[in-house]
Amino acid sequence: MFIIDYIKDIFKGLKSLLTGMKITGYYFTHHKEIITEQYPDNRATLKMADRFRGEVVMIHDEDNEHACTGCSACELACPNGTIKIINKFDVNAEGKKKKAIDTFIYHLELCTMCNLCIVACPTDTIKMEPNFEHSVYDRSKLTKVLNRPGSKIKAGVE
Amino acid sequence: MLSLENITNAVHEWLNATLNPTLALLSEFVIVGVLAIALFAVLGLSLVLMERKVAAFIQIRLGPNRVGPFGMFQTVADTLKLIMKEGLTPDGADKFLFNLAPYIVMIAAMMLLAPIAFAKGFQIWDINIGVLFLTAVSSISVIGILMAGWASNNKYSLLGAMRSGAQIVSYELSAGLSIITIVILTGSLQISDIINAQANGWWIFKGHIPVLISFVIFIIAVTAETNRAPFDLAEAESELTAGFHTEYSGMKFALFFLAEYINIFIACAIGATLFLGGWMPFHIGHWEAFNHIMDFIPSSFWFIGKTFFLIFLMMWFRWTFPRLRIDQLLNLEWKYLLPISLVNLLVVALMAVMGWHF
Repeated sequence: MFIIDYIKDIFKGLKSLLTGMKITGYYFTHHKEIITEQYPDNRATLKMADRFRGEVVMIHDEDNEHACTGCSACELACPNGTIKIINKFDVNAEGKKKKAIDTFIYHLELCTMCNLCIVACPTDTIKMEPNFEHSVYDRSKLTKVLNRPGSKIKAGVE
Repeated sequence: MLSLENITNAVHEWLNATLNPTLALLSEFVIVGVLAIALFAVLGLSLVLMERKVAAFIQIRLGPNRVGPFGMFQTVADTLKLIMKEGLTPDGADKFLFNLAPYIVMIAAMMLLAPIAFAKGFQIWDINIGVLFLTAVSSISVIGILMAGWASNNKYSLLGAMRSGAQIVSYELSAGLSIITIVILTGSLQISDIINAQANGWWIFKGHIPVLISFVIFIIAVTAETNRAPFDLAEAESELTAGFHTEYSGMKFALFFLAEYINIFIACAIGATLFLGGWMPFHIGHWEAFNHIMDFIPSSFWFIGKTFFLIFLMMWFRWTFPRLRIDQLLNLEWKYLLPISLVNLLVVALMAVMGWHF
């Protein structure tokens, strides 16, 4: 019946409109839901989301040791040449040469925070940090060396 | 007792005692004009701020909060900026019409102020065809909008103006029909009669469901008439940049902007007068004590409170619903609102004849 469908339409429409207004009314009356961060004012208490990607860092433990083997999987995975790895050869106790990392160069100014290097890393030695205050007056300051000076690879990581 | 009615009467008597009648009348005109413009300025400032705050809270934001406490002086700062901006007139525009249009829109909004009762005995002009005057004058503003759209010599402006024309022509019908339901129940077009008829209960309570239906239709139709979202096709930012006022800047833009908010206020004031009893306090049947307490709240507070409640309602659904397409807009009017309000009108007429309302 046309008339019944017509009246049903009206009530369905009204109900959907009221459902929408209920949601916005809830947000209007519940100010604790507000998600605005008043950034420079709340800098001390600012909490970034866990999934926020700010920059790539290398994990170092308290002995200044990292797990980077210099395999350059991250360099190959990077879509725009953000990472450059320079390797060296260490001579170990038995007099054998062993490949190790010399410099892990990271161009923050090129990075798109795509996370592919973190996925590619076989030893999980690099990760994303939620830092976002990256502005500097000199572009060259954005080219970073991720392995700390004097750091060496952890024993047992191949 | 200090009330707006007593103050106006005192001023009237004092003017007539000190000046001759013609001069007294003229100076009353001037006073009324100044008060109207002051009201416009205050309303413009407060409603824009209210809109921005309501929008922010509904969208889980904070809204303006830098200029003054809670951002209270944000709109003052914006107005100062608009006053100082250059009022540009495009080269290809029809200069006379282009500069005239904002004033037409503004004057139409100003004329609507005349029959509105702001408090007990505080009304500029208690004309005996008050409601008819309101419905007639409120359609003048579309001429200003069409003028602005045409004179701008710009595709977007013209499209916006044409949409606005189609929209106002269609929605006036259901707005008028829902107003007529109250006129039928009251038996008078005069605003003061309509308010006095609600002394023992507002029409929205006395009129049962049919008046509730016409109230909903009225709110929908006046939202469309004032070109506000979800019916803001005339200025649809995402499709037409700013519709009919794309080419306007500075104070001329501010006049359009102000007229929009004044129109909201007036539409809500009409709604409050017709359905929510104007300045009448809230009374419940025979609860003498309760009614007596309600009488202590000044009538102007009741009027302003009801009007702002309706304004809040309009803002609430403005920030909830998405914009309609032009075909959906016309479908809604011609297929739903108009038939419903016609049937509703018949029901209300039957109710008035049989005396089924309280």
